[in-house]
Amino acid sequence: MDIKQIPLNDLHVKLGAKMVPFAGFNMPVRYSSDIEEHMTVRNGVGVFDVSHMGEFTVKGPKALDLIQRVTSNDASKLADGQAQYSCLPNDKGGVVDDLIVYKIKDEDYLLVVNAGNIDKDWNWISQHNTQGAELKNISDNICLFAVQGPKAVSTLQKLTKTDLSSIKYYHFAVGEFAGVPDVIMSNTGYTGAGGFEIYVHKNHAEKIWHAIFDAGKEFDIKPIGLGARDTLRLEMGFCLYGNDIDDTTSPLEAGLGWITKFTKDFTNATNIKKQKDEGVKKKLVGFKMVDKGIPRHDYLIKDATGNTIGKVTSGTMSPMLGIGIGLGYVTTELSSPGSEVFIDVRGRSLKAEVCKPPFV
Amino acid sequence: MNIPSDLKYTKDHEWVKLNGNTAIVGITDFAQGELGDIVYIDINTVGQEVNQHDVFGTVEAVKTVSDLYMPVSGKVLEVNSVLDGSPEKVNADPYGEGWMVKVEVKNAADVNGLLTADQYKELIGK
Repeated sequence: MDIKQIPLNDLHVKLGAKMVPFAGFNMPVRYSSDIEEHMTVRNGVGVFDVSHMGEFTVKGPKALDLIQRVTSNDASKLADGQAQYSCLPNDKGGVVDDLIVYKIKDEDYLLVVNAGNIDKDWNWISQHNTQGAELKNISDNICLFAVQGPKAVSTLQKLTKTDLSSIKYYHFAVGEFAGVPDVIMSNTGYTGAGGFEIYVHKNHAEKIWHAIFDAGKEFDIKPIGLGARDTLRLEMGFCLYGNDIDDTTSPLEAGLGWITKFTKDFTNATNIKKQKDEGVKKKLVGFKMVDKGIPRHDYLIKDATGNTIGKVTSGTMSPMLGIGIGLGYVTTELSSPGSEVFIDVRGRSLKAEVCKPPFV
Repeated sequence: MNIPSDLKYTKDHEWVKLNGNTAIVGITDFAQGELGDIVYIDINTVGQEVNQHDVFGTVEAVKTVSDLYMPVSGKVLEVNSVLDGSPEKVNADPYGEGWMVKVEVKNAADVNGLLTADQYKELIGK
């Protein structure tokens, strides 16, 4: 497969980023140090260029109907300028993708999906678009900058008349930003550090990038790579598609019951409801290492007698805590916080404790 | 990129410095840069004989874990204890304070099969 470039690729190279292929794109994984970048976002402000993410517009009288049928959360509850985390269940019990649904206004929605799933999601949603909603893939035209950290709002407020502090979490505004019209300013992110995500047409992206860095200079704003993005999201216990959820994991097992609404019909709702009533046999949990060691994707999770009870789906050293943390599926019996489990770290059984994220 | 000319290198990015019948082993500047922030050095082979090219431990970065391969056959005499509390020394000074193990070398001729600085430079395309 050809590796695609994001529009500001050359700028990141110039900034000293180490570029690696991720989800079909060459992406900045690190500019200086993962830990330093992680701390910049927790304590100050940093900017991720996540322009690899996919964006679909869904418009017209049948837009909401299509979204309701393919997603698990209830998009009819959205007010104008509100967003919601959701997922696309498949018909085999798993998840096609997780996504954010933005309601611009009636009959005008934006779906933001994972870069690695753009084609799969497009085919899936198109296949269910039997009523003629106007569906358009605008991924190649949109740049997305996640400006995250406690100093993000002070940075961004200098660039817009829109009162950012009045925009609540998972709400957004469309307006002029850094002299560019029709920019989406969304109080969302994947870090738990606060801040906004800025969606802009690629033709204005470089201008906006520089405006954000000028505005953030007094806060020592820095570019942040995907490495720190992963440790930041993991400290919050946020799922990563392809690791913690995939085509085979049930939304209920993944702890996504809160975005699975049986008040409406959607793909595979009957089976998922049945699973809810019967109870799931395994659950995605957070855990932190008691013994010294770092859990990694695919390491086995065992009980005290050495029986395998699941697998690590994401793991890292937490830069904030200085210990290993992770997410993984375990049997329901050992899924409650405080349960003692063991992670098989290259043949050694290291003690860990189940806990409820966020870790920090 | 720092690639000292007085060291020998493996294709797996370890360096070795021979000193009589002992040797010091670490990972290269290139390796630490690729790994990113190193947070844990896991070496449990002290006192053991390890054959050339066999694993003698692992190095854990924030994002990844990588095996460490022995450049020369020998007995692991010592692990750099500084790395226990300050694994970041491997990032800061991979050929100095960030050395990893001291080895009693079994056969000094092992180093003849290793890469010179120039050959290693070519390997990593620098």
